Amino acid sequence: MNSPLDILTLQPPEAAVRPALPFDVRRVRADFPILGQQVQGQPLVYLDNGATAQKPRAVIDALSHYYTDQNANVHRGVHHLSQIATDVYEAARRKVATFINAASDREIIFVRGTTEGINLIAQTFGREQIGEGDEIIITEMEHHSNIVPWWMLCREKGAKLRVIPMNDRGELCMDTYQTLFSQHTKLVSIVHISNVLGTVNPVEEIVQIAHAHGVPVHIDGAQAVPHQRVDVRALGCEFYTFSGHKMFAPTGIGVLYGCETYLDTMPPYQGGGSMIQSVDFDNITYGNTPNKFEAGTPNIAGSIGLGAAIDYLNSIDFDGAAKYETNLLEYAHDALRDVPDLKLIGTAERKVGVLSFTLSDIHPHDVGTILDQAGVAVRAGHHCAQPIMKHYDIPAATRASLAFYNTREDIDALVSGLHSVRKIFG
Amino acid sequence: MDITIDRIMQNFDVLTDWEDRYRYIIELGRKLPPFDEKYKVDDNLVRGCVSQVWLVTDVRDDDPPVIEFRADSDAQIVKGLVAILLSLYSGKTAREILTADIRSIFEKLDLAKHLSINRANGFASMVKRIHELALATAA
Repeated sequence: MNSPLDILTLQPPEAAVRPALPFDVRRVRADFPILGQQVQGQPLVYLDNGATAQKPRAVIDALSHYYTDQNANVHRGVHHLSQIATDVYEAARRKVATFINAASDREIIFVRGTTEGINLIAQTFGREQIGEGDEIIITEMEHHSNIVPWWMLCREKGAKLRVIPMNDRGELCMDTYQTLFSQHTKLVSIVHISNVLGTVNPVEEIVQIAHAHGVPVHIDGAQAVPHQRVDVRALGCEFYTFSGHKMFAPTGIGVLYGCETYLDTMPPYQGGGSMIQSVDFDNITYGNTPNKFEAGTPNIAGSIGLGAAIDYLNSIDFDGAAKYETNLLEYAHDALRDVPDLKLIGTAERKVGVLSFTLSDIHPHDVGTILDQAGVAVRAGHHCAQPIMKHYDIPAATRASLAFYNTREDIDALVSGLHSVRKIFG
Repeated sequence: MDITIDRIMQNFDVLTDWEDRYRYIIELGRKLPPFDEKYKVDDNLVRGCVSQVWLVTDVRDDDPPVIEFRADSDAQIVKGLVAILLSLYSGKTAREILTADIRSIFEKLDLAKHLSINRANGFASMVKRIHELALATAA
């Protein structure tokens, strides 16, 4: 990365990273302007972080700074601003690579989010490598975004989905997983942390078993990156996808990590500018990764915002934040267990971030509406994971999902809101 | 529905506490005439991501024709909102339906947020469907 030519490129000053003081939730809350808001005349209690997380001032300022002082298109102009925009865009890529411990920034493809990342793999690697009679292994607890792209590919190619079942605590049946492999297995695509159950899947073991069968692995990390450090090289997976907006960065930016040997041999995703080396009407030569997968003008501001979010996470003692969250989840579990007729959905031994539940036979829409009146934001519905709803034989569930800026007071407000719900529907 | 929208609005005025208002909305839902299970089919379904509404219409051949609505929801608050809506719309002509100012009524009741087009909510789609039907009948 440090070629002698680096000194010739115009390096913008990188955002100063504050020394990591021990994690302090009060100080961190002050970094998120939106958390000071009132809803229905009451302080906002934001417990819908699984849907999207709030943004720290540092991310908002980075976007504003980019549009105020740095905006130009990347990889094109010879002029001053284009140089700066290109440098900050590529600096963001390096930050992502370091954040997840990729071997090189060439392994980082910027996409719109996890969904686009998975579709990219399906449409490039998938369309080339998966054919009639082949099989893809997924799990019963996937988000629709890790089911539908593969289902569409299977329909097109005459391939099949094999599904790892889970037990009633929401843990994968690893014994069954071993038996799903055959000579036709071409890919394992699994969720790292379930958006409904909070289950942390044993991804290292899942990768090892897949590799023993010579099968590559994609991990959907959308719910993992906001809660814990991810090291793609330690995991050993070939692909890892995640969204910026769930990890305190802007919407519309996400990451596909792909191991370079795979990316190099994969065909491009979309055609257009930036992804080519040369074009004439008889012959087109594609560029190298990552440009090969980034046709058209990318989400420059979003990438810079993602870089700022990573700087922010490094500045707050992210590991301390993860520990704090684990304690908060335990506190929330205990508090919810005291609410009569409340049934937790997802009680895996290794779990983070998410509390899904049903409350007697009260419809989650009703629960969510009353909680909203109390200023508490939760999600109600099937959470884009209908197979999980089917497993528990429920049409929908209510979900409170945590971030490190949530407090015990937030949990207390949730519990008190749930008591109101019971009173109103009692 | 025997209760008129004016009566509902008067009752709302007396209730100052939001919990009591929601209790009243739920109560209105419970008073809706029973909805026969056999009508709970996909054709009558207004689908939402979280809750759903079933809606059946009968056009009575008066001059001008009068539109009767029957409806149900799997969520109780939505069912109560449906009851408020039917008190305003059911048994009315297409012209009456199209000229009723639902938004200002829901704003007065402090329930306007339920009208926002949100995929979670079959209720907003139901209002739209009733309007479309009234337009078709008026045509």
